[in-house]
Amino acid sequence: MLRDITIGQHFPGNSLLHRMDPRVKLVLTVAYIVMLFVGSNPAGLAISIVFLTALYLTAKIPLKMVARSVKPILPIILFTAVLNLFFMTGTSEPLLAWWIFKIYREGVYYAIVMAVRIICLIAGTSLLTYTTSPIVLTDAIEQLLKPLARLHLPVHELAMMMTIALRFIPTLIEETDKIMNAQKARGAQLDSGKLSQRVRALIPVLIPLFISAFRRADELAMAMECRCYHGGEGRTRLKQLRLHASDIVLAAAAALVFAAIGMSNLFFERIG
Amino acid sequence: MKEMLKADQITFRYAETGRPAVDGLSLTVRRGEYVAVLGANGCGKSTLAKHFNAILLPETGTVTVEGMSTADEDRLFDIRQKVGMVFQNPDNQIVATVVEEDVAFALENLGVPPDEMRRRVDEAMRMAGVYNYREKAPHKLSGGQKQRVAIAGVVAMRPDCLVLDEATAMLDPIGREKVMRTVHRLNREYGITVVQITHYMEEAAAADRVVVMSEGKIALEGTPTEVFRQVDRLRALRLDVPQAAELCHALTQAGCPMPDGVIDVEGCAAALYRLLTGRDAPDAENAKEVAACPQP
Repeated sequence: MLRDITIGQHFPGNSLLHRMDPRVKLVLTVAYIVMLFVGSNPAGLAISIVFLTALYLTAKIPLKMVARSVKPILPIILFTAVLNLFFMTGTSEPLLAWWIFKIYREGVYYAIVMAVRIICLIAGTSLLTYTTSPIVLTDAIEQLLKPLARLHLPVHELAMMMTIALRFIPTLIEETDKIMNAQKARGAQLDSGKLSQRVRALIPVLIPLFISAFRRADELAMAMECRCYHGGEGRTRLKQLRLHASDIVLAAAAALVFAAIGMSNLFFERIG
Repeated sequence: MKEMLKADQITFRYAETGRPAVDGLSLTVRRGEYVAVLGANGCGKSTLAKHFNAILLPETGTVTVEGMSTADEDRLFDIRQKVGMVFQNPDNQIVATVVEEDVAFALENLGVPPDEMRRRVDEAMRMAGVYNYREKAPHKLSGGQKQRVAIAGVVAMRPDCLVLDEATAMLDPIGREKVMRTVHRLNREYGITVVQITHYMEEAAAADRVVVMSEGKIALEGTPTEVFRQVDRLRALRLDVPQAAELCHALTQAGCPMPDGVIDVEGCAAALYRLLTGRDAPDAENAKEVAACPQP
């Protein structure tokens, strides 16, 4: 049952986007988020949507994946939309007036733009995790944050923690499964009863899991020491991230699109 | 032959117990040798293993690796690079999420340049027979495969000595067999010294030398034949003997004229063949055939 959980949302493939340098992807994603806020108007959003659709098609990721990633935050989208709908006051006559609620044209306009903006935000950031495996992403984060190590930020340590966490998630899931089965064999009722009972039933699962995790950590630390681990200092990497010509072309194309999104502000009023 | 590891009168006790886990033990391992260390649970064999690459430092006495004292902190990484350790649980010694990156872990720590690292990682993966899984995630491999990945990760450092701390204890028979074959090949073909802590008698029987520990001391030492001949002594130390040796011992005690010092299945089969048919087993091939006969 627990084995079915997928870690991250990686969608393996071999498209142009999959092969792109993860550092460039990460920077472009951040830039994209910024541009969504800068060019927050119908034209800007239209360009974003076209751009994203083109990228999804290049990455050969089915568009229904967007629906799947948007689904969990649907309540937030609806909430903001509703707020905008009712609290935006306009200068013209209200479209609808009922009791204390008045809906203006501006309200509808704002609600739609905001909702589309959030969906674009989610779809854009999901594209990064769809096309980049968590390990590669960790590498990219480590490399990009490297300059901050000079400010004594533990960049390497954070990246190492991420890697170990990713490495041990499947192992610990397997172990949880085993412990749950062991407790069930002893008569534990893990999936029946009231919520409070079920939560209490989890304690005998969590305690052995924690103890075992600590034991594993101890052994892993020893194994790492045996292999001469001594922090990030003087460390080299097997996989070197290299910029390819295609990365630069894609980055330049993205920059042009971002410029277009920015320009759209000249023609439309910025919202939000 | 030059000495690889040398423990001289070492004593070590864990803070919690107070009783010495290793008690005035001396042991020398020569270069290229294959030494198996046996002993009942809690006899100090794992503690001894951890002294060989400065995970633990002896309370009294010294441990030297090719003449370098493990107490010398400046040589710590030299020592750990020379003496590679493989532990019992394969899951808890794999750091990276991809096999080849895990094999590269030690080299990354040592600051080996990427080009050379690529070569050494490929070489180590071929030596340990895991090259075919190089891009897989460790949790998708079987126990034996994972343990060979761990061995590759250590071999990539080009160690002179491999210390296996019950490295086969958690594996199924097939995985164990494959790991053992890998280790023996590393010993024979690449001259890597092996110190194997184990409680499988069959594994110890294949070593050059067997050291039996009891209560932090060496109780018995010698070639496998010399050690496993002493069936009663081993029993007193709460240890088994290889099944073949046990059978021969029982037959001898029952009055059958079995030759002395038979410890493996092939030898036992040949001896039985001689005993039952009155002539020599024609060749090794045949002996194997006899050994493969279904047992009642």
